[in-house]
Amino acid sequence: MSVPDEVLVVGASAAGLSAVEALRRKGYQGRLTLLGAEPHPPYDRPPLSKQVLSGDWSPERVRLRQPDALSFLDTTFILGDPAVGLDAAARTVHTAAGRVLTADAVVVATGLRPRTLPGQDGLAGVHVLRTLDDAMALRADLRSCSRLVVVGDGVLGAEIAATARGMGVAVTMAGPQPAPLAMQFGPLVAGLLAELHTERGVELRLGAAVVGLAGEHGRVTGVRLSSGDVLPADVVVVAFGAAPATEWLAGSGLRVDNGLVCDSRCRAADGIYAAGDVAHWHHEQLDALLRLENRTNATEQAVAVAGAILGDDRPYTPAPYFWTDQFDARLHVHGTLFPDAEVSIVEGDVAERRFVAIYRRDGKVTGVLGWNMPKQARLRRQELVATSMLVGGKS
Amino acid sequence: MKVFVDQDKCCGAGTCVMLAPDVFDQRDEDGIVVLLDGQPSEGLHPIVREAANVCPAGAITVSDNA
Repeated sequence: MSVPDEVLVVGASAAGLSAVEALRRKGYQGRLTLLGAEPHPPYDRPPLSKQVLSGDWSPERVRLRQPDALSFLDTTFILGDPAVGLDAAARTVHTAAGRVLTADAVVVATGLRPRTLPGQDGLAGVHVLRTLDDAMALRADLRSCSRLVVVGDGVLGAEIAATARGMGVAVTMAGPQPAPLAMQFGPLVAGLLAELHTERGVELRLGAAVVGLAGEHGRVTGVRLSSGDVLPADVVVVAFGAAPATEWLAGSGLRVDNGLVCDSRCRAADGIYAAGDVAHWHHEQLDALLRLENRTNATEQAVAVAGAILGDDRPYTPAPYFWTDQFDARLHVHGTLFPDAEVSIVEGDVAERRFVAIYRRDGKVTGVLGWNMPKQARLRRQELVATSMLVGGKS
Repeated sequence: MKVFVDQDKCCGAGTCVMLAPDVFDQRDEDGIVVLLDGQPSEGLHPIVREAANVCPAGAITVSDNA
């Protein structure tokens, strides 16, 4: 395979930027175009639910690179113009503004779109949190909010609840799990998180699915639960998952199934690659299709894609990693934590909220969790047994 | 090359330490990045550049006019 003359990266967030940077770093000298749906230069999403929402950081602070670093990349940036179609055989991308962009290699890095509740559109006071503009809109509404209901008991929902509580907002968290992140962390750690949130004044209304919203005069008034209860609210954040942003790939001829399906080289078709949240690729070590929604995968998979474009014939086989900050708890997770795993505390002390937990399944270490012990958790990464990380697990 | 770290942005992932342990470390108490060598030797430049690019918090910057 020859090195392409022109590469087009679709998606200008962490993965897209990382693909461009990695191509240049690896010596690629051809033309590069980065196409982004949002008007903003590449920015970082993890702080949106924390420092940006709280107001601790100005929106400028989340820019991933300063202007001089971006111009150094010698890349054409087309921002504020979403991709609306792809012809995979011709490697041609059509945009909302009518642009037609053709390249020898196309990198799909369009990320996720938040799931929403029926009736959510057009109801004032209801938010999602995916973009910088989303974060600013939610922040503006929280200033005069008397009761926020967070729909979602996963990472994003728990972070938003913690941040809003820190701003002095009255917060209720709703979701189907018995405790925040129970499906990811299992009962011990999720129980500790529930304790932490309760202690800090978050009202937990967990264990019942959210079925819809209540509203009056075009404004939200509450959240309806499957139990029949209605949780009153004047602001609601819907944070119960997201789906890969692939609707623009309809009719492209590519296989879309929970993301853009790729081989072990993150290649969807000849000259078409995917990186980040949108990529559903074959993890060779695990022999399974995997899609990771986390920040480190966005950059690392983009580096792998840059290598593949330049002829590097290696599978992409990462060990998953993510972190989450809630109140003063900073949790780091390496590998995969199965909720039914056998959990042992190997360092620190649960009572002091500073510990490292090892998750085992069939005697094999599948995950490591650090609670306010990031370095100590990372140093145990090598204990992970790669092939057992996903045995019988989620795909 | 000059390397700068923003400890306020650092999330404690330790990605940089895994890539370039001669240049970066983490504090034992909270995992925040510690810069061991702000002007690494030329042989380390490629890996330090990669560390800056893949830092999940965008906390590392590199300037080349040195």
